[in-house]
Amino acid sequence: MTKQYTGAQILLKALKQEKVEVVFGYPGGAVLHIYDELAKDPQGIKHILCRHEQGVAHAADGYARAAAKPGVCLVTSGPGLTNAVTGIASANMDSVPMVIISGQVPSHAIGEDAFQEVDSVGITRPCVKYNMLVKRAEDIAPAIKKAFYLATSGRPGPVLVDIPKDVSIATAPWNYPAKVELRSYQPSVKGHPMQVKRALQLLAAAKRPYVYAGGGVINADAAAELRQLVELLGCPCTNTLMGLGALPASHKQFIGMLGMHGTYEANMAMQKCDLLLAVGARFDDRVVGNPEHFAQDQRRIVHIDVDPSSISKRVAVDVPIVGDVKQVLQQLLKELKGAAGRRHLPAKKDVAAWWEQVGKWQAKDCLRYRASAKLIKPQYVIERLHKATRGRAYVTSDVGQHQMWAAQYYGFEEPRRWINSGGLGAMGFGLPAAIGAQLAQPKAQVACVTGEASIVMCIQELSTAKQYRTPIKVINLNNRYMGMVRQWQEFFHGSRYSESYMDALPDFVSLAESFGRPGGRRRRAEGGLRAQGPPGVHGFQDRRQGERLPDGRRRQGPDRDGPGRGAVGRCAASWRSASRTSPARCRGWCRCSRRGPTTSIR
Amino acid sequence: MFSARAYNIDSLTVASTEDETLSRMTIVTHGSDDVIEQIIKQINKIVDVASVTDITEQRHVERELLLVKVRAANAEVREEMHRLVAVFRGRINDVTDRSFIIEVTGTGGKLDAFLAALPQTSIKETVRTGVAGVTRGRP
Repeated sequence: MTKQYTGAQILLKALKQEKVEVVFGYPGGAVLHIYDELAKDPQGIKHILCRHEQGVAHAADGYARAAAKPGVCLVTSGPGLTNAVTGIASANMDSVPMVIISGQVPSHAIGEDAFQEVDSVGITRPCVKYNMLVKRAEDIAPAIKKAFYLATSGRPGPVLVDIPKDVSIATAPWNYPAKVELRSYQPSVKGHPMQVKRALQLLAAAKRPYVYAGGGVINADAAAELRQLVELLGCPCTNTLMGLGALPASHKQFIGMLGMHGTYEANMAMQKCDLLLAVGARFDDRVVGNPEHFAQDQRRIVHIDVDPSSISKRVAVDVPIVGDVKQVLQQLLKELKGAAGRRHLPAKKDVAAWWEQVGKWQAKDCLRYRASAKLIKPQYVIERLHKATRGRAYVTSDVGQHQMWAAQYYGFEEPRRWINSGGLGAMGFGLPAAIGAQLAQPKAQVACVTGEASIVMCIQELSTAKQYRTPIKVINLNNRYMGMVRQWQEFFHGSRYSESYMDALPDFVSLAESFGRPGGRRRRAEGGLRAQGPPGVHGFQDRRQGERLPDGRRRQGPDRDGPGRGAVGRCAASWRSASRTSPARCRGWCRCSRRGPTTSIR
Repeated sequence: MFSARAYNIDSLTVASTEDETLSRMTIVTHGSDDVIEQIIKQINKIVDVASVTDITEQRHVERELLLVKVRAANAEVREEMHRLVAVFRGRINDVTDRSFIIEVTGTGGKLDAFLAALPQTSIKETVRTGVAGVTRGRP
């Protein structure tokens, strides 16, 4: 008789087959047998115990993006799974490869409203790439094989495998399939040669070409190919929020992020180009706004994407090329390179004239801000973070103004360094994602740029950071407001700041210290980054700086009404050194106890 | 997928096929060309879907089955029902002293027309299967 294994054993063996090193999870009744197997093999898969299943999913997301391999979650049935849904949905929106193993109540109890039962497959269906309920122990191995294949191929995404408790106990022989073949799922890899040819014709005829690169470039590990293409074309290039780092921020052809929170030049070029080469981007509503307005300017569009449903979804395109971004870019490069390729390139003098126009837009210097002697500007904090890390740190963020400041001012030099919940916009993402990223890249610098509202949504993960000694740095841009909500209330709701003020905030420095981290107070951003462990660096900011006005201009200069009543967060004094020998005096705008002049971090 | 993306299903018919690993669905929906294109792409994206075709783009046959229970208590009405059923090439399946069950197959439009032709007060219950369709000619 062939050797029998329990479902739990088969699961762990299968994960090892898929070269899984780290699993993020939280135990519970329905997954007890799986956890028991984990405990029996301490040298095997490393389990990271997060403090909430949302943290589990976000940490696996951050891990997947930083490691360029699927993140794996293990959660229990019912609330374990429902807590993880936010993180699963975020990974789905951002096309992050993830495999989520959820426990389920025993097969015989399914449908009986059993304790901790929820229809996990039903709940997650709209926010996963694929999901399945495994009904027999012998089906676990093929299910895991299929899950990893689906999560990582085509347009990546999360795949959920729901395993009832009795299935993890039942036994079956070990039989791992060598490969998966699904007749209903055959993602395109190579671009259609005819479409590539048509794209080349449009490129040759272009006078104002523009490259618009998104997260698909990062997912396909195609940054090198993108750079070659952009350099061959000689034209300007923008990256989406998800694509930051696809072309280095310092590259002379990079003209900033585009979209609602993007640069003036990147958005103007989007409107005025005559050929738009969209690479692994999806014309998201935060990028093109109203498709009808976007269509007012005439331009030809070439769209390279692995997902056919992304093509002509919001904006009609002229030449769609469905395929793996890396492969399609290689196909294009092959034709464009060398002497023979020159005939496909746009005329140099046209591109030069185009750059002249782009230069005029760039001259507006839309990201300029006036440094303040009194207040720490969030822009300044991010710039200091960039300097301290040379643009090469893994930076995660939560959601809101701080996220946009980080995207605008950090200057990402490499792909995969910028990790944020771009599509779903899930607050609470940054801290667990940073832990995941640090575990994927133990030697790298990892920073989480956050705000006081977002950070408290998953603040419990400080405990995870403590347990696994992940030296992440948390930069909390604290203005005591849900900044982005406040901004919109100011613009569109007559400055009625309905419930966007964060009252009764904790003392973040003491909070970080309570999780056993060495002193949280750092006077300078770089000081904080050098420190071991994750200090809760506690920032202060001018509450309205750098916000985008509805007409596209940026607010300049200090807030006219000064830091108003109840509007100010912790005073700059808290940025002073941990020695606390000479606390700066606060003028009393804020509610801190120190009386005296505020100081900037300069 | 339909509800998640705010599309509407007018009718949906599912059953197994000659290939026991496959089921076939006929979905009737509506929308502009762009919307239909997007619906097809989104359905195709579902991992378990083997293929999607818009059969209205080709010559095709579509049929729907209607069962309607009608009041037919007096001879005059019964006679009228028989005539209508003959015109619509339907069948009477169940006969009691007070009612008939009438079966009609055809396109959705034909069934609508049949229901409109019946004396409205005579209809007790209707049940329709939704459309099943297949393209003509070569497989």
